[in-house]
Amino acid sequence: MTHAVEFQGVVRRFGSVFAVDHVDLAIEEGTFFAMLGPSGSGKTTCLRLISGFEKPDAGTVRIFGQDMGAVPPNLRHVNTVFQDYALFPHMNVRDNVAYGLMVRGVPRAARNTQAEDMLALVKLDGFADRKPGQLSGGQRQRVALARALVGQPRVLLLDEPLGALDLKLREAMQDELKALQKRLGITFVFVTHDQGEALSMADRLAVFSNGKIAQIGTPADIYDRPRTRFVADFVGSSNVLPPEMTQALGGPARWSSLRPEALHLAPAADTPLKGRVTGLRYLGAGTRLTITLPAASQVGTDLPGVEIAALVPTDQPLPEHGSEVGLKFAPSALHLMEGA
Amino acid sequence: MSFATEPQGGAQPVSHPARGPGDRLTGLFWRNPRLLTALLIAPPLIWLGVVYLGSLAALLLQSFYSIDEFSGVVVREFTLRTYGELFRPANLDIIVRTTTMAASVTLASAVLAFPIAYFAARYARGRWKAAFYLGIMLPLWSSYLVKVYAWKLILAKEGIITWAADSIGATPLLNAALALPVVGGNSLSTSYIGTFLVFVYVWLPYMILPMQAALERVPVSMLEASADLGATPRQTLRRVILPMAMPGVIAGSIFTFSLTLGDYIIPQIVGSSRLFIGQAVYQLQGTAGNIPLAAAFAVVPIVVMLVYLSLAKRQGAFDAL
Amino acid sequence: MRSDRAPRSLTLAAIGGLLFLHLPIVLIFVYAFTTEERTYQFPPPGLTLKWFAVAWHRADIWPPLYLSLRVATVSTAMALVLGTLAAAAMSRARFFGRDQMSLLILLPIALPGIITGMSLRSAFSVMDIPFSTFTIVLGHATFCIVIVYNNAVARFRRLSGPIVEASLDLGANGFQTFWHVILPNLGSALLAGGMLAFALSFDEVIVTTFTAGQQSTLPIWMLNELVRPRQRPVTNVVAIVVFAATFVPILIAYYLTRTGHETAGGGK
Repeated sequence: MTHAVEFQGVVRRFGSVFAVDHVDLAIEEGTFFAMLGPSGSGKTTCLRLISGFEKPDAGTVRIFGQDMGAVPPNLRHVNTVFQDYALFPHMNVRDNVAYGLMVRGVPRAARNTQAEDMLALVKLDGFADRKPGQLSGGQRQRVALARALVGQPRVLLLDEPLGALDLKLREAMQDELKALQKRLGITFVFVTHDQGEALSMADRLAVFSNGKIAQIGTPADIYDRPRTRFVADFVGSSNVLPPEMTQALGGPARWSSLRPEALHLAPAADTPLKGRVTGLRYLGAGTRLTITLPAASQVGTDLPGVEIAALVPTDQPLPEHGSEVGLKFAPSALHLMEGA
Repeated sequence: MSFATEPQGGAQPVSHPARGPGDRLTGLFWRNPRLLTALLIAPPLIWLGVVYLGSLAALLLQSFYSIDEFSGVVVREFTLRTYGELFRPANLDIIVRTTTMAASVTLASAVLAFPIAYFAARYARGRWKAAFYLGIMLPLWSSYLVKVYAWKLILAKEGIITWAADSIGATPLLNAALALPVVGGNSLSTSYIGTFLVFVYVWLPYMILPMQAALERVPVSMLEASADLGATPRQTLRRVILPMAMPGVIAGSIFTFSLTLGDYIIPQIVGSSRLFIGQAVYQLQGTAGNIPLAAAFAVVPIVVMLVYLSLAKRQGAFDAL
Repeated sequence: MRSDRAPRSLTLAAIGGLLFLHLPIVLIFVYAFTTEERTYQFPPPGLTLKWFAVAWHRADIWPPLYLSLRVATVSTAMALVLGTLAAAAMSRARFFGRDQMSLLILLPIALPGIITGMSLRSAFSVMDIPFSTFTIVLGHATFCIVIVYNNAVARFRRLSGPIVEASLDLGANGFQTFWHVILPNLGSALLAGGMLAFALSFDEVIVTTFTAGQQSTLPIWMLNELVRPRQRPVTNVVAIVVFAATFVPILIAYYLTRTGHETAGGGK
């Protein structure tokens, strides 16, 4: 079947640095796809390869099966919501939204109608005559969205679109974006460095590291079954356990991960896994404990001072700072990872 | 419109066809970004390369020609004789006089510029900042000739300075200054003191601006840190502010030095009859018709500036430009 | 607002310095009204308005004024085209010879005017080019390029990123992007650069004396009057005109670029 976006062996080098290092990727039509990674991991370059602002040094980028190798950005039926919105400062909101229609020769009356319909869709009716400088960050974000959607792109690219908004607005916009995508059915490709955002919005996501895709899958795949230490570290707040520790906990000599919420407090006498509480952090839905395991505990590890995190739900009693606690977990919660 | 409510099928194309030369050229430039850069840079490059570098080359070429002393015709043959003439005592005098003047003007400008630059950078805010900016920018840009003319009026024997000295009883002081050997003269407008004053006045803004730019980069917290560590204001000035201002001083001095070296209007209008490099170039190419020697003289400021720039570069002066 | 205040001596020195920069120019205005026409007597023995009428009727002033206006207009137009092209190219990605190019743009204004003037004079002599309006323009356009360039390049750099990409992304080609996005945002910087270039050209005398031959621009006319004065107050009237012709464009340029991060004139 044809994919909305397909990368085959795509390479993009800047000097001697591989920004994108032989990436293969397929994004299905109609999905909300997130590219997640720290800055410099290659996710934004991948987005720019789709929009056409970067050209691959090797490999091919296809959109709905068509090779984009010779298609400049202005002829691609793909639009972008830019990181800082990149609204045209000298045009009012209506002209900003209608810009893509204007350069394609749509008559003024028709393009103004379409632009105002689009503004209504993003709940900005009545703002058409304002200049971008007179809008709040959230409003600018909506204008950028309307401007990118008015041309009915086959794929919508979003480059950290929520990065500049404050927390509350960001959460509201996450829900709206998700609903909008469902309603329009357009493929959204979304770049972010915020793992919470990626996990909560995306149907599928790719985690980038050093120009490569470390893992690709559904949010649940990535969260519960990270394939490498990098993914486990970057996505969420998992305990990453070295092979010796995994072995001591009854697994093979491999790196593994253990979610803090999979660990339950137990009386110290009942379990071999125990340590001293060295930190408590209240998180709202629960309290995150930092427990330092003794240098040579009964578990058999001889790694000095390994720290492990456990999440205690609000309805359970909290141990004292410095007290000794035991920890239990279901064997299936111990997730084994690849590599050393 | 239907789009807002119905999911998209595969109805829309993935790419648009090119619609004319504009799209086709955009595609061409997208595939070869260097082609666009080359097309953009070509006209100014050709202009500056041909007109300016070509002229500089012509200047160098002329300086290696010589003039036939009897016929006054330029002999278009390579020779170092014209450069040799620069070392005749009268010509060497001109070079030393001009360089000394340029150095003194630079020094005086730096001293005068500091309080203005420091005040503008550190204390001026809001409206005052704008006032200072304009107050420095306007004299910098306003007519050079008008400024020089203004000083001819000020320094004239019957002018405002004589009048002011007379009004406050400082005439003996003025006369004493004019009686000084070498720098003195018949009146201020025919003495080196006068020339020096006009040079300092005209080039001062060129010193203030880079100095201010350098001082803007001194964070107030750094001065507070210095005071906090027990430095007196004088020590802070000497150990923190002045060293931080140095790159700006050097950048500004490049302007004051170079501009003084090459000027010939100011010493012609205000000053004694002894020549500066610029006047020598002007007279030699004009009335004397000795273009080769004029060209050789014009090469002198270039050489002096190149030496000065290489020294300044080692001090990191170009970061402040 | 900071709470600390400048020491009084520093404030006085700074204000004194600014006065030093401005008071001499005021004198030009005063002397335009004096009744004394042979010396620069101060204070003026009497005041009169007649020199403005005299200047108006002096036939030798008008041709230099026209020549100056013509030269400044043509030079500014050429500098606008060449300086904008240079700024557009230089704000794009790094390319081979970029640093050399920026030095080349800067050189005509970094080296003393006498070198630019003498170089052009040498070139005209080597190639046997007769003096004309064109030879004056050749010099003026060359040193005006950097003025336009300096004003445009900072703006270009700010423009070349996101909003140009946004325009292409929305389907505009390069020419549509230039017309609808770049030009409207570049306009004020170009106008400011053009104003400054005009002011610089209108007032220029050092390079011009080498490239004008027997022709006389207004500054050259003034220079001749300074060396061999006839009616001194008339020179002051002309000086006021020259001053206004440079002052007004500078003020306009300042207000055009005031709100941006770059302010006109830093590069002279």
